[in-house]
Amino acid sequence: MTESTGRKARKMISWRGDVRDARELRLAGLALAGPPLVWLATLLALPCAALALVALAARGPYGQIVWSFSAANFKRLLGYGLFGWSPDFLLILLRSLEVALVTTVVCVLLAYPLTFHIACRPRKARVWWLTLIIVPFWTNVVVRTYAWLLLLSPQLPPAKLAAWAGFVPPGGALYPSELAVYLGMVSTFLPFMALPLYASVERLDWDLLEAARDLYAGRWTVFRQAILPQTLPGLSVGLVMTFVPAMAMFVVSDILGGAKQMLVGNLIQLQFGQARDWPFGAMLSMALMIMTLASLALCRRRPKNL
Amino acid sequence: MDRKRPMVALTAFFSLLLLYLPAAAVAVFSVNSARIGFAWKGFTLKWYARLLHNEYIQEAAVNSLLVAAVSTAVATVLGTALALGLDRVPWPRKAHRVFDVVINLPVVVPDIIMAVSLTLAFTLLRQLSGVFALGMSTLIIGHITFQISFVTLVVRSRLASLNKETDEAARDLFASNFYLFRRVTLPLIMPGVLAGAMLAFTLSLDDFIISFFTHGPESVTLPIYIYSSLKRGLSPEIYALSTVMLLFTVLMVLIAERFTRRL
Repeated sequence: MTESTGRKARKMISWRGDVRDARELRLAGLALAGPPLVWLATLLALPCAALALVALAARGPYGQIVWSFSAANFKRLLGYGLFGWSPDFLLILLRSLEVALVTTVVCVLLAYPLTFHIACRPRKARVWWLTLIIVPFWTNVVVRTYAWLLLLSPQLPPAKLAAWAGFVPPGGALYPSELAVYLGMVSTFLPFMALPLYASVERLDWDLLEAARDLYAGRWTVFRQAILPQTLPGLSVGLVMTFVPAMAMFVVSDILGGAKQMLVGNLIQLQFGQARDWPFGAMLSMALMIMTLASLALCRRRPKNL
Repeated sequence: MDRKRPMVALTAFFSLLLLYLPAAAVAVFSVNSARIGFAWKGFTLKWYARLLHNEYIQEAAVNSLLVAAVSTAVATVLGTALALGLDRVPWPRKAHRVFDVVINLPVVVPDIIMAVSLTLAFTLLRQLSGVFALGMSTLIIGHITFQISFVTLVVRSRLASLNKETDEAARDLFASNFYLFRRVTLPLIMPGVLAGAMLAFTLSLDDFIISFFTHGPESVTLPIYIYSSLKRGLSPEIYALSTVMLLFTVLMVLIAERFTRRL
């Protein structure tokens, strides 16, 4: 020990009621945090970054990765194929964006009345309502989507009603369709929106709403000036928790949407599954990742200029 | 104050309908004795009895529980160690920023990209080492990877709520490092560790996407079984299985609620 102190003075610091050698303390911290950090780095952070490299490679004849660095996959994503330009992949990206946006907006429109209704219940009833929202939050997405498949099948009242009204041919099911996808998406993500929003609505200062009304604010103004600023923390968490997974969803669109309603999630799954075109799948993943990060950044900036 | 708002109440009940009508339909048809079609042919529990005799479902259920138990145990230890290592050491601010990015990665990255990254990692590791064939082990490793962060986040929030004075008092009484951890820190963060473990367990049981990409032919979990059964169409057996899974979720939520209220 005397050698080391001779080489370099030990830096002692006061730390939580003890005097510790700073370097020793950090080594102990590294011993604890090191293994999990290495785990996350090798299995998640590095492969995530490696996707960017794979996206520049090409697919070999047997589905293996051929390391030829080119922008071919990017061009293909933009629609330049063997047979001239066709925007199929861009349209799928756009539709994913649209489905995620519409789902998020519908969830917001449902979640505000829902959370206000819950917040106005007596204490005991509130616990029950919350439990009713938390249970679907934890039920498996495959089970829930399967349930929609059953509910929308031809012999049950919803499809019969739609057939009677002429929306679907008699004896036809309500799936695969856009409506089915939206029903599945909204019912999957509504708890993700409602739970964080409720955390804000619960702490709402109702006096501000009354004050706004006393000053003859219309309904929209009350919402815009008194409710929205107060619920913004919960709303922005809800927006992220809904929009990000909605963009990447592939179970609901796969089961309820069929081939016509393909989203970028399905396309990625297809490339890594049957098509065995990992480089193109990696390029699609990068596109999804960039769209996700961009929307996250947008959501973070929003509160300032509200 | 919103007593006279019928639209608000109506939307709230419509939301509940949206959340529960499909599940209710599944539960109703799980006790209907008709094999094909939806006409009501009387109450029966035979589909539930069939579950007990279906080898594939039994195997999937065992796999689901085994993966959840093992991955939760490992992820709880790793996640707690990570939280302690980050919070109980004076790291420079820049290091903290890097750690935060790594921890938040599984929360922010869409799960399909996480699944794809894991597939890529397993393939590269397989080429390097010869192990990591898709199966039970990759399934468990995949689950641990997304569980660690959630455990760390829960334990960290618990660590942040503890005050420094307790540690200082223990030190004044000459507590050694190990004694401080064993008798002071660990008992205080235990509720957070248990809550994190419970979260991790539920996330694992619930997961489909990561499992779908990292499972092998002999390591099918319940959600994957249901998904692949869709190719053969709807069946009352799956209604029964879904109902059991739904009831299990209800049970877990109720237990978790009891549990957190007692803390």
